[in-house]
Amino acid sequence: MAAGLDAAQGLSPARRARRRVGGALFRRPWLKGLALLAPPVGAFGFFYIAALVVLFVSAFWTVDAFTGELVHRWTFDNFRTLWQESAYRTVALRTVWVAAAVTVTDAVIAFPFAYYMARVAKPRVRAALFVLVLLPLWASYLARIYSWRLILDHDGLLNWSAQKLGLPAPGIEYTNTAMWVVFSYIWLPFMILPVYASLERIPQSYLEASRDLGARGFRTLRRVVLPLALPGVVAGSIFTFSLTLGDYITPTLIGGTSSQFIGNVVYDAVNQSSNLPFGAAFAVVPVVVMGAYLLVARRLGAFEAL
Amino acid sequence: MNRRVMLVAVAAAVGLSFPAAGVTRANGGTLNMIAWEGYTQPQWVNPFEKQTGCKVVPKYAGSSDEMVTLMRSGGGSQYDMVSASGDASLRLIYGHDVQPVDPSKIPDFKNFNKAFQSPPNNTVGGKHYGISLQWGPNTLLYNTQKVTPAPTSWSAIYSSKYAGKITVPDNPIQIADAALYLMKTQPSLGIKDPYELNQSQFDATISLLKKQKSLIKKYWALASDEIDLFKNGDAVIGASWPYQTNTLIADKAPVKDLIPKEGATGWLDTWMVSAHTKNLDCAYKWLAWISTPKVQAEQAIYFGETPVNSKACAWMDKLSKGSCEQYHANAPLAYFKQIYFWKTPIADCGNGQKNCMDYTKWQQAWTQLKG
Amino acid sequence: MEQRGTRIALGVWVGLVLLFLYVPIVVICLYAFNKSNVQSWPISGWTTHWFGSAIHNGDMQQALWLSLKAAALATVAAIALGSAAAFGVHRFRFFGREAVSFLLVLPIALPGIITGMALNSYFTFWKLNFGLLTIVIGHATFCVVVVYNNVLARLRRVPGSLAEASMDLGADGWQTFRFVTLPSISTALVSGGLLAFALSFDEVIVTTFTAGAQNTLPIWIFGQIRLGQQLPQVNVVVFLILAVTIIPVALAQRLTSESGILRTE
Repeated sequence: MAAGLDAAQGLSPARRARRRVGGALFRRPWLKGLALLAPPVGAFGFFYIAALVVLFVSAFWTVDAFTGELVHRWTFDNFRTLWQESAYRTVALRTVWVAAAVTVTDAVIAFPFAYYMARVAKPRVRAALFVLVLLPLWASYLARIYSWRLILDHDGLLNWSAQKLGLPAPGIEYTNTAMWVVFSYIWLPFMILPVYASLERIPQSYLEASRDLGARGFRTLRRVVLPLALPGVVAGSIFTFSLTLGDYITPTLIGGTSSQFIGNVVYDAVNQSSNLPFGAAFAVVPVVVMGAYLLVARRLGAFEAL
Repeated sequence: MNRRVMLVAVAAAVGLSFPAAGVTRANGGTLNMIAWEGYTQPQWVNPFEKQTGCKVVPKYAGSSDEMVTLMRSGGGSQYDMVSASGDASLRLIYGHDVQPVDPSKIPDFKNFNKAFQSPPNNTVGGKHYGISLQWGPNTLLYNTQKVTPAPTSWSAIYSSKYAGKITVPDNPIQIADAALYLMKTQPSLGIKDPYELNQSQFDATISLLKKQKSLIKKYWALASDEIDLFKNGDAVIGASWPYQTNTLIADKAPVKDLIPKEGATGWLDTWMVSAHTKNLDCAYKWLAWISTPKVQAEQAIYFGETPVNSKACAWMDKLSKGSCEQYHANAPLAYFKQIYFWKTPIADCGNGQKNCMDYTKWQQAWTQLKG
Repeated sequence: MEQRGTRIALGVWVGLVLLFLYVPIVVICLYAFNKSNVQSWPISGWTTHWFGSAIHNGDMQQALWLSLKAAALATVAAIALGSAAAFGVHRFRFFGREAVSFLLVLPIALPGIITGMALNSYFTFWKLNFGLLTIVIGHATFCVVVVYNNVLARLRRVPGSLAEASMDLGADGWQTFRFVTLPSISTALVSGGLLAFALSFDEVIVTTFTAGAQNTLPIWIFGQIRLGQQLPQVNVVVFLILAVTIIPVALAQRLTSESGILRTE
């Protein structure tokens, strides 16, 4: 029938064929959905998920110390070592602790900034701020970390400026405090942008309604703005938290004598000791932490705000 | 207008990169090399590329362990050559990661000091797995203005006088430095070789390192870490390679280095060829080139180490007066004995017993030390 | 609406945050002119000599070229896969559509080192040679979600009635896509694609594991930092990249009005 109609309309055969396929897909939307989702989901399954599964299966294997070959025998040895040696616990706790501190810091820095962008700044200023927040992402991450070294060094810009101003020198070079500062710096744009997006979406009428009902500025902020901005903050925190959790370069360049992260231990296990299974076993820690984090984040509506 | 600006920018970026694409298609092929920092300087790499058409792409590794892992990565097909130190070379040979080479194809081989023609770290069963390159000591580096009187002993980095201003390498093989110090200062422990430690000797060494940790500013992981630390006032004394000393002196920093009275650990490096290389021809050309007296001299002076080619001495003095003597290229053997060369610690102590700590234990102890 | 005092306080805060964001970048740009190759504060002497040596550095040129190619290909892959997934999820309610979002966001939520080592051993297992292809696959994993989120958010705003009207007027599926849907999502594709490009162009950790012997620009930069001999060249390169990218970044901003991080739309 449809074909007859096409022919009656005098369409070319190619176009008729296209139309028939389109019609078939239109009548069976699940088919079209499947056709659209199959490539991305398939590619992810084949390249990413399969690789992850293989990695975590290898956590239950060991490595022959002399030849560096994998020994495919099931064992919990790697996990036992991780559990029994207090050093690894210290490293895991330090990593999570710094990641949490960085996340809170970035949220505190980003919120007023994003608020200004979204609700105070004029469009032109807002556009300029937007570019200024995005631009650092184009200045090499490594170069920016290295630049912090020059700032934090004993004779660096920070201590030098403090001295010129007659202040005591902070002297935080090569410490965990330095790492906290640099991580907060590096990931700040990843917090500002989602918070801004969620603030920008709050209808002006909500704020007016709150004021009309007699709420003062602070109360409106606490009862109306913050709850509505929460998904944005949580979305930003996924980045700041996970990016800090998995880093090993900042601890290497900026950290001091007790600054190892999970990433450093994993990197050394894989690249120094050729012990992939041990690295994989330790990598389970950030995966579990992030998995729990994502589940909570989804409940808070952060996925919509990413 | 804006669109045009963007197009111009993109065109500029693309144009910038096309000449490079041309260079790679030179006739000789590409040598992907794993090297220590300072081993592939333009000074001797550029003329090599020009002469042979072989392109050198270096990848710097900070430890012997990393070199071994990189050589094995991707089934061993990623890299063509490696400048392996003695603690990596045997692992690579026994792991079949490198192939034997024919010294008769290296014209300068006959000029090598006899000790380096077939040293046990690269010659197994009469087969040469690579060509010796250079050797040298891990030195004690200090700031001449801040450290007075000048140190003579490694005790300077284990005592609290310079607490918070000390730096040592972030490398498990650093345990040998502490063991060497104990070997000379606490004979009662009975350490005979800093790479062969039984449990109690190992424990004593680790406990020394734990005490040292509170004195340390930073364990340096990259050569440039230490350069920065000394340049920017964060460290005044530490364990070093001559490479950092030379870089700092070139930048007019007030530093000096020495081999303390206890002696020092050190390295003997070998250029080795991957068993899976597709550029054997270029690899041989590189082995020949890097062994010539002039290049040997250039690298020796640049890095601050001793060449294996005895003819390099004259060139060294030509390039930098007195450098031949400074790096002991003229009378190497007495100097050679002061140095305890890096080797891989294994359970077999060499005294028939098998109760020594192997390298896996060293690595674990180092990770736990850093905590 | 906000009181004057609040507005001023917020303005000061914004100024301080911008200072925090830009001091390190100003430092990078200043040291491009540093006479000494060892960096220390304050700068002892000035030169423009590093500009010439950086631009003519063959290794840098090759690394830059590889990075541009990898970022372009990863972006194309991300646009194809990300928008397909967004259309699929948007049009059709089905069990597990939440799972698709979860799946796609994983590579950016899990540490890069895990993605890196997983892909590294997986590629080795398949005997895939490390090179451009493996770099692109590695980067595409975390770029897809950027495009996906941008397109999905836009689709949620475009009324479905537009496409229906187009079909009612006799357009077939392709024509509807070409003349109705595509124009309505085009700016979302541009901003998503630009961000995907930026993330790929500056990626270090996954690349360390998937590049093999090849140097992308960030890997070259890391090599230079290790070596500590030609550091001002790194500063020059970063300086020039910033100068070149400020234009497209500003342009993309003008195309769109609002933003999330994965969703600059």
